[in-house]
Amino acid sequence: MKVLIPSALRAYTESAHAEASGATLADVLDALDRQYPGIRFRMIDEQGRIRRHIRIFFDGEQVRDLAQPLRADGELIIVQALSGG
Amino acid sequence: MSSENTRLRPPGPTRHVTLLVATRKGAWFYHGDPARGSWRTDGPHFLGHVISHVVLDPRDGRTLLAAAKTGHLGPTIFRSTDFGANWTEAARPPAFARAESGAGRSVDHTFWLAPGPALEPDVWYAGTSPQGLFRSDDGGISWTPFSCINDDPDYLKWMGTVQDGTPDGPKLHSIIVDPRDPSHLYFAMSGGGVHESLDGGRSFAPLIDGLDVVEGFDGSQPSFHDPHCVRLCPTNPDRLYQQNHCGIYRLDRPATRWQKIGDTMPSEVGEIGFPMVVHPRDADTAWVFPMDGTSVWPRTSPDGRPAVYVTRDAGASWQRLDAGLPTAQAWWTVKRQAMTADSQDTIGLYFGTTSGELWASPDEGAHWTCIAQHLPDIYAVEVAERPAP
Repeated sequence: MKVLIPSALRAYTESAHAEASGATLADVLDALDRQYPGIRFRMIDEQGRIRRHIRIFFDGEQVRDLAQPLRADGELIIVQALSGG
Repeated sequence: MSSENTRLRPPGPTRHVTLLVATRKGAWFYHGDPARGSWRTDGPHFLGHVISHVVLDPRDGRTLLAAAKTGHLGPTIFRSTDFGANWTEAARPPAFARAESGAGRSVDHTFWLAPGPALEPDVWYAGTSPQGLFRSDDGGISWTPFSCINDDPDYLKWMGTVQDGTPDGPKLHSIIVDPRDPSHLYFAMSGGGVHESLDGGRSFAPLIDGLDVVEGFDGSQPSFHDPHCVRLCPTNPDRLYQQNHCGIYRLDRPATRWQKIGDTMPSEVGEIGFPMVVHPRDADTAWVFPMDGTSVWPRTSPDGRPAVYVTRDAGASWQRLDAGLPTAQAWWTVKRQAMTADSQDTIGLYFGTTSGELWASPDEGAHWTCIAQHLPDIYAVEVAERPAP
């Protein structure tokens, strides 16, 4: 599926757009991490929680659970949320 | 007790000084000329990243580690093997063990980086917020939880919650390896006290006897101790100095009871501060940067008049060093990692303020010059000394 990458993570992808496949959000993030080592840990902590200032949307709906199934033809958008000055 | 001879460095090749300045919005390096009179600015590195610490590996003179996070992203470690020309990210940054319950702790940021001893050339230690101790055995590429303390019930109790630490999170800091014995380790926690291991980190025990705590609390409980910065004297590894929330202390091993040495500071200045700097060759000499710890704890230079204080007799007396510093209306805060010394023949001292000024003294604090202004909040200042090119 298409993944829109926020500016804070483009040091990894060198692009705003990436492609990754997987049946769940966790699978897609693992696939992204195989392509761009280290990118997952910047978004997801060691306990499997989405970090405080990261938001992830799939086809316009926020995804809060890494186990959520995702369709292969959808679009994942990763957003850097407000974090102060 | 000091003699000039003990302060002289053995003859050797000239070594140039670079200051590694970590700030809330990136890192800057300042390369000194041989006289340390002018400084070439090199940066920003990692603009916009929260950089807690940048440290040179003194064992190879070229590897740098930088502890980083951003406002949005999780923490990581960047590593350079060519003194900052190129950086790569650690393959496995410090992270706590995963708890099956899902309620385990996560590293917010790596706060403190400490190269291991010369006897262990690829070893580094890291302290995190919240308090965690980590080790790398491959020069900082991959990190694993170290020792039992990250998950030990007593240590977890002493670490407390995020409300029991500094405003940007409780921290593990002041990781010290005895240069004579890599299995002899110290670290400190804000909050949570000072701790020592004699068995290579398999176990640690509190080392808090003699330290005051805030009035009304039980000093036997590590939870109530807030060591701001602990340093070991390189030429006398049995001597430790500590700037603590409740004053300045010295410990001469094998004794286990800290001796208060801050009560000889002028009463109008007090003995509260964050950094503690030791002389690289004279164990009787140390420097502090006092800040206002009265009433609501402004943590700014007392009376708006910044000064470094030095002891040259192991804490029996202190002298004010403020030549060149502002004489009024300078309300500075200097964090615990933001003051340091080089090891040149005449020691250079350096500190950075949270208002983004970097100050240097080429003569052990006798005279001060501002070498940078308008930086972001300075979190750490470290010295890198390398052979002259």
